[in-house]
Amino acid sequence: MPFGLLTVLIFFPALGALALLLLRADDHLWIRRFAMLISVIEFIFSLLLLAKVPVSAKGYSLDEFHTWIHIPPINYHVGVDGLSMFLVILTAFLTPISILASWSSINHRVKEFFIMMLMLEVGVVGVFLSLDLFLFFLFWEVMLIPMAFLIGIWGHDRRIYAAVKFVIYTMAGSILMLVGIIWLYHATGTFDLPRIQEVLASDLNLVDQRGEMLLFLAFFVAFAIKVPLFPLHTWLPDAHVEAPTAGSVMLAGILLKMGTYGMMRFCLPLFPDSAHRAAPYIAVLAIIGIIYGALVAMVQPNLKKLVAYSSVSHLGFVVLGIFAFQNISMQGAVYQMLAHGISTGALFLLVGMLYDRKHTFEISEYGGLGTPMPKLAAFFLFAALSSLGLPILNGFVGEYLILLGTYQTHWQWASWAALGVILSACYLLWSYQRVFFGEITHEKNKTLPDVSARERWILVTMAIVTLWMGVGSAYITRRTAVSSQTVIDQVNPERLYEGTAPAAAPPANGAHASVLAPGLVKKISMERRALR
Amino acid sequence: MSNSPMLDYLWIILLLPLLGSAINGLLGAKWPNKVVNTVALGATGLSFVCALEAVREFFANGQAFVHREYFDWIVIPDLVHGGSLFRAGFDLQMDQLTVVMLMVVTGVGFLIHIYSTGYMAHENGYYRFFSYLNLFMFFMLILILAANYVLLFVGWEGVGLASYLLIGFYFLRNSAADAGKKAFIVNRIGDFGFMLGMFLLFRTFKSLDFQTLFANVSQRNWPHEPWGYFGTFTVACLLLFMGACGKSAQLPLYVWLPDAMEGPTPVSALIHAATMVTAGVYVVARSNILFLHSTTAMTVVAIVGCATAFFAATIGLVQTDIKKVLAYSTVSQLGYMFLGCGVGAFSAGIFHLMTHAFFKALLFLSAGSVIHAMGGEQDMMKMGGLRTKIKWTFATMLTATIAIAGIPPFAGFFSKDAILLGAYINPNGGHVLYGLGLFTALMTSFYMFRLVFLTFFGKERYDEHHVHVHESPWSMLGPLVILALLSIVGGWLAAPQLFGGVDYFRAFLNPVVGQLEIPEVIDGVAEHSMEWLLVGVAVFSALLGLVVAYWMYLKQPGKPASLAKSAGPIYTTLLHKYYVDELYAAVIVAPLMWISRNVLWKVVDVEIVDGAVNGLAHGASAVGDASRHTQSGNTRSYAVWVVVGAILVIAVVFWVHLQPPVVGMVR
Repeated sequence: MPFGLLTVLIFFPALGALALLLLRADDHLWIRRFAMLISVIEFIFSLLLLAKVPVSAKGYSLDEFHTWIHIPPINYHVGVDGLSMFLVILTAFLTPISILASWSSINHRVKEFFIMMLMLEVGVVGVFLSLDLFLFFLFWEVMLIPMAFLIGIWGHDRRIYAAVKFVIYTMAGSILMLVGIIWLYHATGTFDLPRIQEVLASDLNLVDQRGEMLLFLAFFVAFAIKVPLFPLHTWLPDAHVEAPTAGSVMLAGILLKMGTYGMMRFCLPLFPDSAHRAAPYIAVLAIIGIIYGALVAMVQPNLKKLVAYSSVSHLGFVVLGIFAFQNISMQGAVYQMLAHGISTGALFLLVGMLYDRKHTFEISEYGGLGTPMPKLAAFFLFAALSSLGLPILNGFVGEYLILLGTYQTHWQWASWAALGVILSACYLLWSYQRVFFGEITHEKNKTLPDVSARERWILVTMAIVTLWMGVGSAYITRRTAVSSQTVIDQVNPERLYEGTAPAAAPPANGAHASVLAPGLVKKISMERRALR
Repeated sequence: MSNSPMLDYLWIILLLPLLGSAINGLLGAKWPNKVVNTVALGATGLSFVCALEAVREFFANGQAFVHREYFDWIVIPDLVHGGSLFRAGFDLQMDQLTVVMLMVVTGVGFLIHIYSTGYMAHENGYYRFFSYLNLFMFFMLILILAANYVLLFVGWEGVGLASYLLIGFYFLRNSAADAGKKAFIVNRIGDFGFMLGMFLLFRTFKSLDFQTLFANVSQRNWPHEPWGYFGTFTVACLLLFMGACGKSAQLPLYVWLPDAMEGPTPVSALIHAATMVTAGVYVVARSNILFLHSTTAMTVVAIVGCATAFFAATIGLVQTDIKKVLAYSTVSQLGYMFLGCGVGAFSAGIFHLMTHAFFKALLFLSAGSVIHAMGGEQDMMKMGGLRTKIKWTFATMLTATIAIAGIPPFAGFFSKDAILLGAYINPNGGHVLYGLGLFTALMTSFYMFRLVFLTFFGKERYDEHHVHVHESPWSMLGPLVILALLSIVGGWLAAPQLFGGVDYFRAFLNPVVGQLEIPEVIDGVAEHSMEWLLVGVAVFSALLGLVVAYWMYLKQPGKPASLAKSAGPIYTTLLHKYYVDELYAAVIVAPLMWISRNVLWKVVDVEIVDGAVNGLAHGASAVGDASRHTQSGNTRSYAVWVVVGAILVIAVVFWVHLQPPVVGMVR
C-alpha cells in the first residue's frame, strides 16, 4: 500500500520545517513567508479530507497500514473518521492563523520559532490520525517538545516556570498512559487500536473489572490533565499567560482537544464498563470545572488569565457532554471542541494584539479602548459573544446540544452546568466593559493604533468561520454523526455485549487466567447496569 | 403556493433589516447621515411593506396556517431509526398571533426609525445606531416568525444583544455601559430558565417545533415523566416563564429595565416599551396550550404579573426623571399583560400588548421630543409650562396619557378593561387580583397625569435664558401623530359586546389562544349588569387618579412636598425603589465576587490545588536533593551501599520464596 493523504498531512509540515532549516537565519521575511506557505498548503490538504471521506462512512477511512517494528508489533497505522477529520482541519486552519499572528511580534530566533510551529503541527495531526497506540503515544510526546520550547523561549517573564510545569504535568499523565498502553498490549498482544477494541469486546475475560478501571484511569488521567479537568487545571493559566500568542492559540485551540479526543477515542470505546461507573464522578468534576472556572475567570485582573480560565469552564462542558453517553450531547461535545478552538483562539489572538500595543495583560491598564480602536473593539465583542454562546454564533450550538443531550438522562447535571451560561456572560461582558468602554483612563492609550491590515485579515477570517459554524452547523454534524454514534454504540453495553457469551471460558492466552473468574464480576456488573 | 409569493419567501422580511444592519455597520462609518438613513429606513420600510403583503396573502388564503422550512440549522441525524434525533430548523410560521406581532413590530418599528432620523441627527455614531436598530428588527422578527423554540431563542437572545448594544450606545458613560451589561446578564438569568424549559419539553415531547409539540400535547400523547404529567407541565411552564420574567422585566428580574433608560430615547420606545419587552408575553401566549395544562403555572403567572403591576406602579408615583416614570410604567403595564395571560384571557393580554405598543411608544417618543426641546433635560422638576411652547408634543403626550389611564374611548380603556374583567371572573383568587389591578389602574392614571401636569402645566421651572424650548422637526412629529391616532382608534378593534361592538380581536386570535378562553359568561346578556358595573368602577378610578393628580400638582403645588415629608420612610423607600438594587448587590453580587476572589481563586486555586501541584514538585526535588548525598564520590561509602544493597536483595529473594505463589499477581 503506498503512502496516502494522511501521511502527507502528518509529515508535510515536517518537510517544510526541514526546508526552513536551509534558509538563512536572518532572512526573517522569507522565513515567515515560507512557513506561511507551508501551513496554507497543509490547510488545503486538510480540506481534501472533506472530499475524500464519505459523509456516512462507518469506521476509519483512508487508513494506511505499514509494518514498522516486528517485535513488539508496532505498526504505522493511521486513519481518519468524522471525529478526527475536523480536528485535523481545525489544526491546519489555526496554524497559518497563528503564524500570521506571530508575523511581527516574534523577532528573535525567528527561524526556530516557525520550525517549532510546524513541528507542533506534525505532532498534533499525528495524534489525531494515529490508530496504533504506540504511534499515538509517540506523537503525543513529540507534540510536547515544540510546545515547551514555544513557551520557554518566546514566552513572557515566568516562561521557564510555565514551560517546566507544562512539560512535567503532562508527562506525569503520559507515564500513566504509557503503563496503560503496555498493559493493554500485554493483555491483547497488539498495539493496534481497532484490533484491541475487537479483542476486548469479544473476550470479556481479558481484563477484570478492577483492571479495567485501572486501565481506564490510566488513560483518563492523562487526558484529563490535557483537557484540563478540575482539579488538574493549574498548569493551564500559567502556560497560557506565559506563552506567546501563537502558543496560546495552539494550546487552547488544539492541544486541549487532544484530551477530550482521547476520551472519546480510547476511554469510552475501550473501557465502557468503567466509563459508566466513573461517569457520575467525572460529570461532577466537569460541572465543578464549568462553574468554578467561570467564577475564577470573573475575578482575574489579568485578561489572558481570564480567557485561560474560561477554557477550563468551556472544556468542562465538553467533558460533561462526553460522559452523558447521549448521542446529542456527544455531538455537542465534538462541536464544542471545534467551536471553542475558533472562539477562544480568536480571543487569544485579540488579547495578543492588545499586548503587542500595550505590553501588559492587566485589565486595569486598559479602559476606554473602544474610542482609539473601534474595529478591534468590534472584533473583540464578536469573539466574546461567540464564546458566551450567543445563538447563530458557533459557541451556542455545542453548548446547547451538550446541555440538551445531557438533560435527557441527567437533568440535574444539565441544570447545574447551565449556570455556566449565566456566568460566561458575566465574566466576558464585565471584562469587555473594563477594557473597551468608558472614558480613557490612561493618557498613553489615546494614541493606540487600530487593527492593521494583517490583523484585519486574521480577524475577518476568524469572524467568518465563527458565523458559518453558528449558522451552518448541519454541515459538520452530519459528518460527525456516524463517528459519535459509533462511540455511543461502543459504550452502550446493550449493544456492545450483544451476542457474546458471558461464560467464564479461559482466554486463549493462559497466562492471563485469574483466580477469581472475572467474567462473573463482569456479568454481575452488567446485570446491575441493566437494572439501572 | 404560487398565489402567495410573500408567504413562501417569509425570510425576506427578516433578511432586509439584517442587510441594512450589515451594510450600515460595515460601510456606514464614512457615509453622510442621508445615505445611512436611506439604507436603514429602506430596509425597515421594505420589510414593513413585505409584512403587509404577507398579511394580505394570509387573509386572502382564508387565514390558513403558514409553515415554511428553509434549512436545517442544527440537526443530529438518527442513524439507528432514520430521520433525526434533534432538529432545529430555520423554519418560519405565520398564524393570527404572528400577524398581530408582525404588524406591531414592523409598523411601530418603522415609525420609530423615522423618528430616530430626527432625534439622533446630531449624535456621533449615527451609522452605528441605525445598524444596531436594524439588527434589533432582524432578531425581533426571527423571534415572532420562528416555528420552533430554538429559533425563537435565537431571536430571544439576539434582541438581548441589540438591547445591550443600544443601551450602551453612549459607551463613554460608565452608567450606560453598566446598564447594558446588567440588562444582558439579568436576561441571561431568565434565559437559563428558558433553556431548561426547552430541554424539559424536548425530553417529554421529543420535539421543539411548535406544531408537533402542541399537537402532541393536545392529543394527550404524553410519555412518562419523572415529575408526573402535570408536574412536568408546571415545571416546564414555570421555567419558560422565568425566561419571560427576564425579558419582560417582571419580578424579581425587572431591575434591568429602569436602568436601560440610559439608552437613546427612540431605543427606549422601540425596544424597552413597544416590542422586545413584550416578547415574554408573546412566549406565554404562544405556549398557551402548555400553560393551560397547569393551573399552578397559570396562577403563578397571574400573581407575578399582578404583583409586578402593583409594585412598579408604586415606584412610578414618586420618580422625577420623565423616562424613569415611563420605565416603571412599562414594567407595570407588562405586569398587566401577564395578569391577562395568567387568568386565561390570552387575547386580552395580547390586545393590551398591541395597544400598549402604540401608546407607550408614543409616550416615550413624546418624552423624547420634550427632552429634545429642553436640550437634554430629563428631570420633570426642571420643566413645567411647556404646553404652549410645544403644542404638538403636548397634544400627542396628552392623547397617550388618556389612553394609558384607561379613559374611554381611547385604546387603553378597552384592553385594560378586558384584562380586569378576565381577572374578576377567574375562579382562582380572581377578586384579589382584580382589586390589585384596579388599584394599579388608579395609580397609573395618577402618575401619568402627574407627569403631564409637571411637564406641561404650571410655572416654568427652568432657566429660560439657557434653555431654548423648540418644537421638534416633522420627522419626529409625524410618527407622533400617527401613533396618537392609533392610540385612539386602536382599541376599537375589540369593543366588547357591551357597547354593541364586535370583539374582532378575540375572534381573530381564537384559533391560536382560544382553547380555554374566558368562559362564555361574559357573552351572556344576563351578566351585562355586572360588566357595566366593572366598567364604571374602572373609569371612575381612572378619573379619580386624574383628579388627585390635578389637585396635588396644579391646585396645591406645595402638597406633594409636605406629603412626602409626612410619609417620610415610605416616600424614601419608594424613591429608592424599595432598595432592590442595593439588596441584590449586597446579597448576590458582592458575596459571589468576594467568594470567587478571596476563596475560590486565592485560596482554592492558588493555595490548595496549585499548592498541591507545586508541593509535589518541591517534594520530589527535596527527595532528589536528599538522595544526592549518596553520590558522594567516596569509595568507602559506595562500598557500604553495595553491602546494604546486597543484604536487601537477599532479604527480598528470601521473602518471596517463603511466600506461596500468587496467581495473577501481574494484574
